[in-house]
Amino acid sequence: MKKYISFFRLRFSMGLQYRAAAAAGVVTQFFWGGMEILVYRAFYEADAAAFPMSFEAVVTYIWLQQAFLAVFGAWIIESEIFDAIRNGNVAYELCRPIGIYQMWFSRSVANRVSKALLRCVPILGVAALLPAPYGLRLPASPLHGALFLLTLLLGLLVIVAFTMLVYIATFYTLSPDGVRIFFVSAVDFFAGAVIPLPFFPDKLRFILELLPFAAMQNVPLRIYSGSMTGEEMLRAICLQAFWLAVLVGVGLGLCRRAERKVLVQGG
Amino acid sequence: MITMENVCKSYRIAKRSGGFHEAVKALFHREYEEIHALRDVSFTISDGEMVGYIGPNGAGKSSTIKILSGILTPDSGSCLIDGRVPWKDRIEHVRRIGVVFGQRSQLWWDVPVIDSFELLKDIYTIPDQVYRSNLDELTELLNLGELLRTPARQLSLGQRMRCEIAGSLLHSPRILFLDEPTIGLDAVSKLAVRDFIKKQNEIHGTTVILTTHDMQDIEALTKRIILIGKGRILMDGTLEDICRGGENIDEEIAQLYRDYEI
Repeated sequence: MKKYISFFRLRFSMGLQYRAAAAAGVVTQFFWGGMEILVYRAFYEADAAAFPMSFEAVVTYIWLQQAFLAVFGAWIIESEIFDAIRNGNVAYELCRPIGIYQMWFSRSVANRVSKALLRCVPILGVAALLPAPYGLRLPASPLHGALFLLTLLLGLLVIVAFTMLVYIATFYTLSPDGVRIFFVSAVDFFAGAVIPLPFFPDKLRFILELLPFAAMQNVPLRIYSGSMTGEEMLRAICLQAFWLAVLVGVGLGLCRRAERKVLVQGG
Repeated sequence: MITMENVCKSYRIAKRSGGFHEAVKALFHREYEEIHALRDVSFTISDGEMVGYIGPNGAGKSSTIKILSGILTPDSGSCLIDGRVPWKDRIEHVRRIGVVFGQRSQLWWDVPVIDSFELLKDIYTIPDQVYRSNLDELTELLNLGELLRTPARQLSLGQRMRCEIAGSLLHSPRILFLDEPTIGLDAVSKLAVRDFIKKQNEIHGTTVILTTHDMQDIEALTKRIILIGKGRILMDGTLEDICRGGENIDEEIAQLYRDYEI
């Protein structure tokens, strides 16, 4: 376990180095979040009753989404891992007494957490100070707050387990681009990154909520903003755990297979 | 003890001629070519031996090293290193070996070298005391000193290679595979690296297998030489066998390659 933790630590401290990138990210995300909120305001002014979430809940959803963008952004994929597979540097990683899957998993988690930590504090801080209804609300109850933290963690693990499949696919396709574009657009749309899942038509939404994409940002953001309660929360948490187990299982299996038939590129 | 018996490995490579027309054609129909990287390779290396593994580019040197280090699974044949099959017991096996790929880097690019070393310490679960004494010894012999505190991206090639070699020896491996460790190094760095490898073998009895194109590496380090060409072992002998009394080693080797048509 210790080796994975120190992998995490090194990647984490590396992530903390890039302060300018974090500052730029914070500014972009404020701008983006503000813009989204203004668009929703226009809709809500037309007819607030026509929407499945209250305006305040949508605003809270958006601010949290912007604050934790680095946790859930589908495009945050470690390009170094792709490079290592493409140019053969993966040879060194295969010479270590450590599982490739576990090593890349802890590395990806560290990358996302370090990025998110630098960005979330200023965004959450300022968003909380904005006047109602444009500001970030407190969670619906202390229980919602606690479950938010739990599902945030589960969601992080689910998206990392998903990106692991993209890395492993590169062992077979050798070029990450195709799989990556497909993955990024699928996650953005089906996870509720573009519009929250409650806004989808009911039949479609029923299916979407069962998919692994809904086990990412959808659950924590909706629990916090109060658009998910009681039994719904329990079901969502179970689905998160289920998808995490499935994705990790499939990933480990494929990774073991890839290790056996891998060709290391380059002389 | 390392034994390799009748190891074969081939790759399937997609080929096409240049040009747009050919590229479009390849969308519908791919032509593949089998490349036989290793054909029936066998040899035995005892503990504490230093062996030079030479041959022209594309002869199969790197493929052999990759099989020995458990990265590549051969198509057929067997390989045992200290009683283990490298690609089957990969994790147990790699704990005991050190590998340096001269053309690649194992150091983390953006952080000081020492951070990469600390990570290796945890990955190999090296006890504190062993780590300290190995690091001290390597720092002294390879003259690392200030380099340890420098980010890898700011090291010169020679400095980086010294760090790479140190990184591969922190866990006191019994066997060391060096794949072109002196490639691109200046005279001073080359001598330092050679000198160090020699000492490592003398002091710790580390088995060393070295691939290189630099015949002076071979002359300075190894008594035994294995020559490989087109995937076959062509010769297994001493430097004298290869030079046959000639003056210039490089010319003798070139002549040998021509004789074997490799």
